[in-house]
Amino acid sequence: MVRILVCVKQAIDVSQLKVDSATRRLILADAAKKISDFDKNAVEEAVRIIEKLGGEVFTVTVCPDDAKTTLREALAMGADKAYIISDPIFENSDTLATSYILAEAVKKIGTFDIIFCGEASIDSFSAQIGPRLAERLDIPVITYARKVSLEGDTVTIERSLEDCSETAKAKMPLLIAVTNEINEPRTPSYMAIMNAFKKEVVIWKATDLNITSEKVGETGSAVQVLDVLAPKVERQKIVIKGETATEIAEKLAKALIQEGVITR
Amino acid sequence: MSGHSEVWAYSEHKDLMFELVGKGRELASKLETNLTAIMLGHNVKDHAKELVGYGAHKVIVVDDPQLNEFHIETYLNALTQLSKQHQPELFLIGSTRRGKELAARLAARLGAGCVADCLELEVDEQGKLLARRIVYGGNAIVTQVFRTKPQIVTVPRGKFEKPNYTEEHKGEVVNITDIQIETPKTGVVEVNPVPMAETRIEEAEVVVGGGRGLEKKEDSKILEELAETLGGQVGYTRPLAEDRKWFTEWVGLSGHTIKPKLYIACGISGVIQHVAGIRDSKTIVAINKDPEAPIFEMADYIVIGDLYEIVPALSAALKKSLGVGKD
Repeated sequence: MVRILVCVKQAIDVSQLKVDSATRRLILADAAKKISDFDKNAVEEAVRIIEKLGGEVFTVTVCPDDAKTTLREALAMGADKAYIISDPIFENSDTLATSYILAEAVKKIGTFDIIFCGEASIDSFSAQIGPRLAERLDIPVITYARKVSLEGDTVTIERSLEDCSETAKAKMPLLIAVTNEINEPRTPSYMAIMNAFKKEVVIWKATDLNITSEKVGETGSAVQVLDVLAPKVERQKIVIKGETATEIAEKLAKALIQEGVITR
Repeated sequence: MSGHSEVWAYSEHKDLMFELVGKGRELASKLETNLTAIMLGHNVKDHAKELVGYGAHKVIVVDDPQLNEFHIETYLNALTQLSKQHQPELFLIGSTRRGKELAARLAARLGAGCVADCLELEVDEQGKLLARRIVYGGNAIVTQVFRTKPQIVTVPRGKFEKPNYTEEHKGEVVNITDIQIETPKTGVVEVNPVPMAETRIEEAEVVVGGGRGLEKKEDSKILEELAETLGGQVGYTRPLAEDRKWFTEWVGLSGHTIKPKLYIACGISGVIQHVAGIRDSKTIVAINKDPEAPIFEMADYIVIGDLYEIVPALSAALKKSLGVGKD
């Protein structure tokens, strides 16, 4: 019997995001949201472990607004129970503040053998929440996990780093942040989706965790956002035309050599 | 001095460390303070002196047999104690996967903020650090400021220039001995190096990119021929690596970020995640059959045409102009 908690983020679906090209502002108001991709790998890994060894998978998210639909997906994938920690005062929390909220939630939810996170979120991609949460809970953390195996209270984790793969061992309880190499997340069946509606979703506000506004949101954050802008594109956009491929190629070669970007 | 404490730099990656020393020295001068390089390891005195040559005003060395190999917990332990003792104003940490974990955990232990993967770091007129990074899968660049100290940022490889080494730089090397390293909670039992490409694509001056317009893996040889003609390298998009499993690495936000002098995108549609990895290229050529391909918005030279015709013709034209293959 293993008790697992998976932290998921309701992230902006970056593939559907629109930009106002005149102002370079992102149109975030009605932007589609979904479970962050790597967090799905985390849910999948947790569910697979439980299917093999028995136990429970809980899932938790922290967000300023409603995340029920997002967490329903984690439940449909096989998680048993979901916790939504949601309060408008969480708006503009950085990783320092968000990890604080998450740690307070975990302490109230209970004790776990493994806490899973994704390596990073698809929208902010800072890869900090997992390591920061582990530090706040004072448990070991293994990041960039691409293979996890359990034996007794010992977990063996294969990690992928830039120049090597590394095998690490740690005792439970611990936190593991997974990469997308670890598994292929399942697509829940119709039955699983229907079943998810019967599963329990607990919603807590800041006051349920005795969290006050000075430790979260902008006041509780060490980092503040000044500006978010789409990158400037200043390209020449010269169309090279010609009757034949050879003619086009010769014009292009000449232009590149004249511009001095060809170095040999 | 304006009362700012020091700027620090640390990376377990040697070349990245030199880049951090270069950028850190520039930021330190704007903040009217010194750049201190942190050196952890065992028997590392010579390396410490080398960092002075690259521009460190001071090198803090913790030389301990327990630091002989990189282990995140012992290294984190040393960095936490050093930071608490000396209170740096700003700490630049190399953004390798190890470094990112190290920075996040150090920030947690110090109750500090951390901005990951900075592509620009700037000090404004008020002496405030502005940190810029890519967010929303390459759709935007966010500018962030810190409200508390220390300010921890991580910096990826190749974002800032490696400074020149000179014997003329003077700096002190300080050995710190009053640090107690704890025994780690996790153990590394095995390390298997991944075979690396001989040359790094980040260092290539010319990169030829291949995308979904390539029909077969073998067809990549026409791109290789073009790259070879230009003394460059070939890189591919994520779908070719991850979906078709043709390659193990890719160019893009989640893979290699490159800024060559010339990038030639062949059969690449130009999804935002790929564009984020090539955006800083000096000149971009895009070759694509589809006149609506988003990559054309990013291109200096646009060729609407079939890569199977254009690329070999371009190789031939360049060989002719450059005299390659003639004796």
